[in-house]
Amino acid sequence: MIPLSHYLILGAVMFSLSVIGIFLNRKNLVILLMSIELMLLAVNINFVAFSHYLQDMAGQVFVFFVLTVAAAESAIGLAILIVLFRNKHSINVEDVDGLKG
Amino acid sequence: MTIFEHMEAVYLTVPLVCLAASAIAGVFGPFIGRAGAHWIAILGVAISCALSVVVYIDVLNGNHFNGVVYTWGVTGGLPLEIGFLIDELSAMMMVVVTFVSFMVHVYTVGYMHGDPGYQRFFSYISLFTFAMLMLVMSNNFLQLFFGWEGVGLVSYLLIGFWFEKETAIYASLKAFLVNRVGDFGFLLGIAAVVYVFGSLDYAAVFATAPQAQDMTVSILGGEMGWITVICLLLFVGAMGKSAQVPLHVWLPDSMEGPTPISALIHAATMVTAGIFMVARMSPLFELSETALSVVMIIGALTAFFMALIGMVQNDIKRVVAYSTLSQLGYMTVALGASAYAAGIFHLGTHAFFKALLFLAAGSVIIALHHEQDMRKMGGLKKAMPITFITAWVGTLALIGFPPFAGFFSKDAIIEAVHASELAPAEFAYIALVAGTFVTSFYSFRLLFLTFHGKPRMSHEQFARAKESPWVVTLPLVFLAIPSMIVGAIYFEPMLFGGFFGDSLAVLPEHDTLAVLASHHHGVHGTSLVSETIMRGLRAPPVILTVAGFLVAWLFYIKNPELPKRLAATFGAIHYALMNKYGFDEFNDIVFARGARAIGVVFWKVVDAFVIDGVFVNGTARTVGWVSGAIRHIQSGYIYHYAFAMIIGLFALISWHLITA
Amino acid sequence: MTFLQTAFYFFAAVMVFAATMVITVRNPVKSALFLVLTFFSAACVWLTLEAEFLAIVLVLVYVGAVMVLFLFVVMMLDINLARLRAGFTGYLPIGGLVAVLMVAELIFILTGDSFSADNLPRPEGHGGSYSNTRQLGSVLYTFYVYPFEIAAIILLVAIIAAIVLTLRKRPDTKYLNPADQVSVRREDRVRLVKMPAERRHSGNWSS
Repeated sequence: MIPLSHYLILGAVMFSLSVIGIFLNRKNLVILLMSIELMLLAVNINFVAFSHYLQDMAGQVFVFFVLTVAAAESAIGLAILIVLFRNKHSINVEDVDGLKG
Repeated sequence: MTIFEHMEAVYLTVPLVCLAASAIAGVFGPFIGRAGAHWIAILGVAISCALSVVVYIDVLNGNHFNGVVYTWGVTGGLPLEIGFLIDELSAMMMVVVTFVSFMVHVYTVGYMHGDPGYQRFFSYISLFTFAMLMLVMSNNFLQLFFGWEGVGLVSYLLIGFWFEKETAIYASLKAFLVNRVGDFGFLLGIAAVVYVFGSLDYAAVFATAPQAQDMTVSILGGEMGWITVICLLLFVGAMGKSAQVPLHVWLPDSMEGPTPISALIHAATMVTAGIFMVARMSPLFELSETALSVVMIIGALTAFFMALIGMVQNDIKRVVAYSTLSQLGYMTVALGASAYAAGIFHLGTHAFFKALLFLAAGSVIIALHHEQDMRKMGGLKKAMPITFITAWVGTLALIGFPPFAGFFSKDAIIEAVHASELAPAEFAYIALVAGTFVTSFYSFRLLFLTFHGKPRMSHEQFARAKESPWVVTLPLVFLAIPSMIVGAIYFEPMLFGGFFGDSLAVLPEHDTLAVLASHHHGVHGTSLVSETIMRGLRAPPVILTVAGFLVAWLFYIKNPELPKRLAATFGAIHYALMNKYGFDEFNDIVFARGARAIGVVFWKVVDAFVIDGVFVNGTARTVGWVSGAIRHIQSGYIYHYAFAMIIGLFALISWHLITA
Repeated sequence: MTFLQTAFYFFAAVMVFAATMVITVRNPVKSALFLVLTFFSAACVWLTLEAEFLAIVLVLVYVGAVMVLFLFVVMMLDINLARLRAGFTGYLPIGGLVAVLMVAELIFILTGDSFSADNLPRPEGHGGSYSNTRQLGSVLYTFYVYPFEIAAIILLVAIIAAIVLTLRKRPDTKYLNPADQVSVRREDRVRLVKMPAERRHSGNWSS
């Protein structure tokens, strides 16, 4: 049998990979967005695993909501990306420092 | 038996008619004109005076009143009320206040003739009468304080009435500030009353006062009875209003105001507020021998040393002003000796003869076209016969020559002090007896310099000097009559006849007047008045008075060069007297400049540097500096923020691991 | 090793590999494609957990919609890849260190007692008649109906936001305003002119 911890470790590995992705691709906004999707996926894996092991549907309901919000987030994120590219002709994060203190 | 069906309405009318007159004269002054203003004001105070007499007769018939007219606020269960306490004491004060005020109103018509602020002046003096009436008629501490502050305010306005004159502004400010010192003590006293007794009502406070006798409070390490603390604080207020040493400095300067004011406020009414208040508080003061001793010492100091200054003043009004200070000292000593009736009696007689003296001085000033320096007067007795005669009457009353009014009251005070068993009574007795000589000297000096001898002013000025119009002389005459007779009339009932009934409380062991009464009743067959006169003629005060007259005659009629030589001989004393013992200089250097110096320190150091620099701007600067330092954290790069979040997460997990 | 175990470890391995490729390949198009693979593997992993509905939704929504959107965007934009790749390896050590430490810590926690097979055994699988979709629906439409409505509104807002953000008017584009077209009136277009009838030229018809 597969213990719960293996699913959780899979989630942790996925999460760490997305963290590395953010570190490595800190200039490419598209990859950043993809890393965020990966991160959410890692969370979702945990939710589903717990849901199954605890026999509680709430976990899956939450995954459902997370998917909804993630879809909305990526849609808006990509829209912002397009506007950004239109204005700056770049998706380099280093060009986006309007919040600089 | 009551004269009117509703005496409450009468009580209410007495002060309010003055307030109404003041409001009309003040607000509608330009519309009703000068004659309109003085008619309104005089009518108001005349009604007030007549009704006061009605109230007085009513009270003598035994109809007292103590009640609340209106409750205008309740705070913390403490009702704030307007109420009247009508008994012998307040009724007598009402009559004195309104009568003198009435005389002054009439006199003002002549004195202020042609002054541009005519209507304003009438508005002020009517307002003053209102405030003073509220003060004396009050049945609670808060209304007393209202009247107290009211007369203080009007006093300020009137001293600075000629506000183009720099000295007048200075004097009014000085009066106001010095009175603030007293009022502060007074207010603290009232606060202490509320704290200890939980009530502002006289009757309630006096009823519970004996139980509070054992309550003590520790002040500066020492234990003091609450009653003593309250009495001393209230007396500080009385010192301010009644111009006792060392808060007397405002009164001589207040002579910068028009003469009617000097007569009304600084002789007859406002300055007596302190005396009245202490008499009113007699149930409290009786419980504290410490307070009574302090009262007596302060009074004796004022009585003697202020009289000394009067000997060297050259301004005619200032001489009278210092005389007032001295006489207020006599009254205060009487209070200290528990002879409240004598103090109030002297207050009443003094109101008449001092108002008379002031108005006579004012009459002289009018005749000489506002010349106040006695060195430029002299020989006016022919030109101004009525003023001359009334001034003589006033002087004889002031020095206490039998059988004029001042004799009876002053004699009673001196005898009461003699009978008193308080520690400072000995000293006070000597000061008062010596004071009679000084009083006599400066009074006759004033008379001789003004009316006798050779004229020292220019010829045309002397030629133009003539008797003042009837509006000026009539009040003089009306004031001269009571100055002659009230003493003899009221001597027996007021001091020994239980005139004041329950309004004054004296403990048996303090009852100095009873001691006097027992002396008097030792001889049968003669009336009390004649007996007192006969005894008085042989007593030290009258002898010293005559001595004072002789010395004054010697100095200013017989040998006018003598004073100068004497002044040269006793240079130091003369210098001290001319500079009024340096109170003004002391106040100027220590308090005025000290306050300014403290103000500068607070301004430059505390306000500008500490508050503005450190706290206000310092806060802003610190925030700006810190944010300038940490703004570099805000790089604006999203991945920096993401790193921060991740590292935070990492730290959280690590922390969980460590603690788990 | 049962089939289930085999399937799980296989798809997990594929998933980790794909995710690694997502963050390391040069070309964003390839990245997106590897992301598709990651999600697909994740869906398969979820199947082993009896979350069939979510697995299908993940494939449909993510692989079918979101990833296509990514691809569109990536291919539409003319991205200077060289510049974006600059400094790529510079952060590898620190990023790798943080990630490895985090994984180490997480594994340390997760392999603890609380998540072990003894402590929390895997429940028995349901029979063939079990419907995950029905189960999820019965909870979602009853107990979680308000959050569900809110999720719907979030999606609507996202749609509107995306449109508003990307909508623009190009000054050089000619376009028609339908509102103007509809609200046009006859008076704006047709002018009636009254004038006297013109005299026919003298002469005959025939000329």
